[in-house]
Amino acid sequence: MTQLWDFTGGIHPAENKHQSTARPIRDAGIPDSLVLPLQQHIGEPATAIVSVGERVLKGQKIADVSNGLGVPVHAPTSGIIENIAELPVPHPSGMNDWCITLRPDGEDQWIPLEPTRDYRNLERGQVLELIRDGGISGMGGAGFPTNIKLRPPRDRKVDTLILNGAECEPYITADDMTMREQADEIVAGLKVMAWILRPERCVIGIEDNKPEAIEALRVATEGTQIELAVIPTKYPSGGEKQLIQILTGMEVPSGGIPADIGVMCQNVGTAVAVSRLIFEGRPLISRIVTITGEAVREPGNFNALIGTPVQYLLDQAGLQPDKVNRLVLGGPMMGYTLTTTAVPVIKTSNCVIAATATELPAPPPEQPCIRCGECAEVCPMELLPQQLFWYSKAAEFEKAEHLNLFDCIECGACSYVCPSSIPLVQYYRYAKGEIRVQRAEQLKADRARERFEARQERLEREQQEKEQRRKERAKAAAEAQAKKKAEAEKAAAEGDAVDERSAKAALVEQALARKKAKTEAAKPQAPAAEPAQDKPDLEALEKQLAQAQSKLETMQGMLEEAKAQQADNVEKLERAVAKNHDRVTRAEEALADARQKLASQPESQSTE
Amino acid sequence: MAFAQQSSPHAHHARPTSRVMLWVIIAALPGLFAQTVFFGWGNLINVVWCVALAMACEAAILKLRNKPVAFFLKDNTAAVTGLLLGLSLPQFAPWWVSGIAVMSAIVVAKQLYGGLGSNPFNPAMVGYALVLISFPVAMTTNWAEPALLWDGAPGFSETLGTIASAQQTAVDGWTMATPLDEYKHKIATRTAEEVLAHPTFGDGIARGWEWVNAGFLAGGLLLVLLRIITWHIPIGYLAGLVLMSLAFGNNADQYAPLSLHLLAGGTVLGAFFIATDPVSAATSHQGKLIYGAGIGVLIYLIRTWGSYPDAVAFSVLLMNFAVPFIDHYTPPRTYGHHKARRGVPGRKQG
Repeated sequence: MTQLWDFTGGIHPAENKHQSTARPIRDAGIPDSLVLPLQQHIGEPATAIVSVGERVLKGQKIADVSNGLGVPVHAPTSGIIENIAELPVPHPSGMNDWCITLRPDGEDQWIPLEPTRDYRNLERGQVLELIRDGGISGMGGAGFPTNIKLRPPRDRKVDTLILNGAECEPYITADDMTMREQADEIVAGLKVMAWILRPERCVIGIEDNKPEAIEALRVATEGTQIELAVIPTKYPSGGEKQLIQILTGMEVPSGGIPADIGVMCQNVGTAVAVSRLIFEGRPLISRIVTITGEAVREPGNFNALIGTPVQYLLDQAGLQPDKVNRLVLGGPMMGYTLTTTAVPVIKTSNCVIAATATELPAPPPEQPCIRCGECAEVCPMELLPQQLFWYSKAAEFEKAEHLNLFDCIECGACSYVCPSSIPLVQYYRYAKGEIRVQRAEQLKADRARERFEARQERLEREQQEKEQRRKERAKAAAEAQAKKKAEAEKAAAEGDAVDERSAKAALVEQALARKKAKTEAAKPQAPAAEPAQDKPDLEALEKQLAQAQSKLETMQGMLEEAKAQQADNVEKLERAVAKNHDRVTRAEEALADARQKLASQPESQSTE
Repeated sequence: MAFAQQSSPHAHHARPTSRVMLWVIIAALPGLFAQTVFFGWGNLINVVWCVALAMACEAAILKLRNKPVAFFLKDNTAAVTGLLLGLSLPQFAPWWVSGIAVMSAIVVAKQLYGGLGSNPFNPAMVGYALVLISFPVAMTTNWAEPALLWDGAPGFSETLGTIASAQQTAVDGWTMATPLDEYKHKIATRTAEEVLAHPTFGDGIARGWEWVNAGFLAGGLLLVLLRIITWHIPIGYLAGLVLMSLAFGNNADQYAPLSLHLLAGGTVLGAFFIATDPVSAATSHQGKLIYGAGIGVLIYLIRTWGSYPDAVAFSVLLMNFAVPFIDHYTPPRTYGHHKARRGVPGRKQG
């Protein structure tokens, strides 16, 4: 018997799971069109690598992520790429995003499949690469690319690999049915992941309200070292952090990842996907989705191709359109409402609830918080939800953050029990969003200030250098003048003693003096700037001058117009004109400088 | 199709505030019953009068504040405030004394601070403390004699007449000091044995009072069982009082014994019904223990060395002051953290 720990808080909502477990998993078949969002997981969106009109085969890669965190998207069946456009995608905001639309040709023709005969003969990195190429991302919650997750930081050894089959949300039975019907594939996938990670312990955690799944897995794990941990039914046991606490007694450090304490959690559906990829060569193109709720006649689980529109699945389950009031994607505790049934199933979609108005009624009006503390009693993260609520509502975000707002997992247990029916989670999301926005703005302001300061400094430095150069030049010129004068005097004194040789020597000396002055002038500057100094880019400077002049003209034009119309921005424009005037002057100066320098250049070069 | 848009969670299963308050009222009934049996109709009349007035005041103020009257009245919180005052005021307290207590509780302590959930002080105790200071005579001389074993006990109409009349002349024969008052004033000059011979103490601890406290204890335990209150405040409260009593009150000839502290006054009512008012109490479990213990200790201090025989109201109000401070220093340790983040957030530099 595996030792179990308890986590604080938690609730026991009505399970409503029996509706969707009455029938075995049904195959949803191929809909008329498949919509494949380019972003189906946390990380970078994929880029389409097919073009409109192209025919693709089932399992063919049609979009990939070349840069950054992400996995490719594959064609769920054979057909023609109809378009690549922005369409509604499953997202709490109801937004549109880039999707590839595939029109199936009905032939369902596979690309040649290459199963791996024995993955043990491969390098671990190669297997991870296969998993990435198979488009596998976590199928339980957030959808993190599986190959990245399976490669924990070098200094973190994973001792315990947990397969999450808790499925604590009411209504959802996708994992339950997967465990009942695909237990062998789950174990096979788990073995592949265990081979990659080499943990000391493999545990499958299941809530005790799924006896059939427990039995199926008991049979499948017989003779292996995989532990089967049957845990008490309590929401949110299936939360990664809570499941880890139940099975290991350890807590994931705040802001850290499970690998920090040597634990990793994978979903049972992900294990099936890994097994299919390795042993059959099939990429992730379908998943099990629960379609349930009182507004469908035949609730159950469907094996649906990724990209299948929700409407298609609802129809298959016998949707009664006049009854449905609220459409929830995910569970009733953490799922979000859909605005349209046109959204497709993606790799993380586990459940659609078509609920009637009596089934999931609108919450009663919000009453004042009486600080009863029920929320703190059920909070699995041991937060003080009502304090967070007060601070979030009063926009005292600093205090909310101090009370660990960002540790909130938004499980909704607090809202579930609140006697005043305050939508607490909504307040936390709001506060988190506001804090993120503030941080981003702070960062932007900091950067802008730094840039401004750097520019000020650079301009000042350039001004000083220019001044310095001017002084040096003047000094050298004065010296040369003095020397010439002295020589002339000398020559006058010595009469015709000046021969050709001495004249030449004087010239050389003069050139050397100039050169010396120049190198000294160039000294305080960075070496990289030197060549540019030696050869000023006349063209660029002329261009700058022209630009500045044209801008000045435009500004003047605008100023006159504004004056004519007696607009209230005359003052501002006047300032702008003055500024542009300065700029033109500076550009002219720079140009003149450069010309002068260029004129003196052949001489200096000749002396080298 | 237009679908309802809602933020998660979509399922709710809450015990609404109105039902929580209803349970508090139900839980107070055994104590009220004991009061009626042992001390006559006074408390019952007080309760009815205070509840009615509390609801009326609440409705009037809500109306003035342009708040939905029915919506807030239905939460039963005003009724509970009235009930608590009715239970704790002297049996023969004149109608206008209890009226002033109720009005200051509902109007000043609750609604002027922003209504339900916003009051820093326990409204019922604000009302009680106000009339106790303002009308000390009416508040200390109107306690009924235990009626059960007494032939001349006033009936319903006599009690009602006494409460309703402005003159308080008729009651002299029916009232006496409370056990705590009696003990406190007599022990300075007599031995414990002599003091306890007074009929108010009876054969047990304090005639009638012990049963009233037992009634409130039963109701309080019901509230704990129903998880309407947690055990932390009552236990902290009783532990504070017991420990103080054991530490300082071991000599019965000098100070009231522990049994009297627990069962001869408003101790149990205060522990389960008054100190546990969530709005004005501390929030975390640790905070609740500290808050409760603070009340218990203060009750002992005021009863023993202060000038009031009972001290629940003052102690609760004093600890209400300390609640924000307690809350700052007693947040629970959050999952995944080494220790709790106490105190106020530090100002970030720059």
